[in-house]
Amino acid sequence: MPTLGADMSVGILSSWLKKPGDTVQRGDIIAVVHTDKADVEVETFASGVIERMLVEPGSEVPVGTPLAVIRESGEAEPTAASEQEARLMISPSARELAHELGVDPAEVRGSGPGGRIQRKDVEAAAAARDPARPPPSAPRPAVAPQAPAAAPSADDRGAAMRRAIGAAMSRSKREIPHFYLGHTIDLSRAMSWLTESNVHRSVSERLLHGVLLLKAVALALRVVPELNATWQGDEVVRHDDVNIGVAIALRGGGLVAPAIRHTDELSLDELMHAFRDLVTRARRYSLRSSEISAPTITVTSLGERTVDTVFGVIFPPQVAIVGFGAVVERLWVSDGQVLPCPVVSVSLSADHRVTDGHRASAFLVALDRLLQEPEEL
Amino acid sequence: MTDDQIREGVLRVLAGIVPGADLTALRPDLGLRDQLDIDSMDYLNLAIGIHEELQVDIPESAYDQLETLDDFVRYLAERTSGST
Repeated sequence: MPTLGADMSVGILSSWLKKPGDTVQRGDIIAVVHTDKADVEVETFASGVIERMLVEPGSEVPVGTPLAVIRESGEAEPTAASEQEARLMISPSARELAHELGVDPAEVRGSGPGGRIQRKDVEAAAAARDPARPPPSAPRPAVAPQAPAAAPSADDRGAAMRRAIGAAMSRSKREIPHFYLGHTIDLSRAMSWLTESNVHRSVSERLLHGVLLLKAVALALRVVPELNATWQGDEVVRHDDVNIGVAIALRGGGLVAPAIRHTDELSLDELMHAFRDLVTRARRYSLRSSEISAPTITVTSLGERTVDTVFGVIFPPQVAIVGFGAVVERLWVSDGQVLPCPVVSVSLSADHRVTDGHRASAFLVALDRLLQEPEEL
Repeated sequence: MTDDQIREGVLRVLAGIVPGADLTALRPDLGLRDQLDIDSMDYLNLAIGIHEELQVDIPESAYDQLETLDDFVRYLAERTSGST
């Protein structure tokens, strides 16, 4: 079961899309998992032949639990036990404890041989997360088959989503020492370039200004790469891939923040296509596991509702979130003249364990500079 | 194309963009954004859908004058007149 985001520790396997004997390639969608936030299409991370399924549809499955055995090309016949333990690098006992304590094994640093996660590692992770949290009275089973659930009502889904968001945000504010910076950026050049560019595009190829902001954030992360990172165990892990999580408001409330992978490498047209596709699927509650597990930073925008500034709460285990307000006309001094200009307020919420105000301000300066040269994005 | 046909076409596009919305309760003289909680991505999808449904290309420069269902009907009627 892949990571389903900071606010999800379990999912319900809705259906298998493959069967034993099927050949799969890395990235193929093999199953659908229901969570409080979306129906997640699970992609396989290995290529080979499916040996057998380990989980029945309708089962509630903790994150990190093996779902199936895949025999890779040239690989000897596996045994279930060795396959499970080697792939996860976590002992069955530790996995059970992680589930019991609500700890995501993917975020635990293993101290055993080869980084294997042991019970003490899980206990340490739980204690670090919340020292005051009492242990539960009774452990839950690792895999609890149950009757397939009926499709949730909008009210049920909304309530479950609020609980999930609340849990993740509470954890964030409890564990992450946030600090906040704000900056206002003149978007005159960017908006003029966008308007001119869209005149020459067909309606289906038009760009939204949000795409310029996303690309600029992605490129600014090359200048301050420590913000493109996740906090794992007790240390920060920087990522080479820039996978920006995009906060998407859902109909009737709630939000998700799936990733656009390799945001920095996409052209504006490719990014617009990916952005539109992601928003459409998110609002249909249909996302892919890699989109949920991949974000290395999040961008949120509340400009649609004319909000000036948003100071976001970091999505664990990420270490930063960038917030944009509305693009508004303001009197702006430029080259000694006071002119009405489109400007946007940008905020950065960052993890003080990872960086500080000096470096974080360098990120905002880089972002500003990039948006002054929109044709280079 | 009549105004009613245009209105039905726009509503068909909206139904695809906001599947759960009760479009029968939509006030044609009030803004779509507030009534349907739609954003710029939805507006872009609406423009794309209208292009596909009614073969009218709405330029970005016209977005500001298109806030209500009546605005869309009026704007599109001027550009589809004589098509039926």
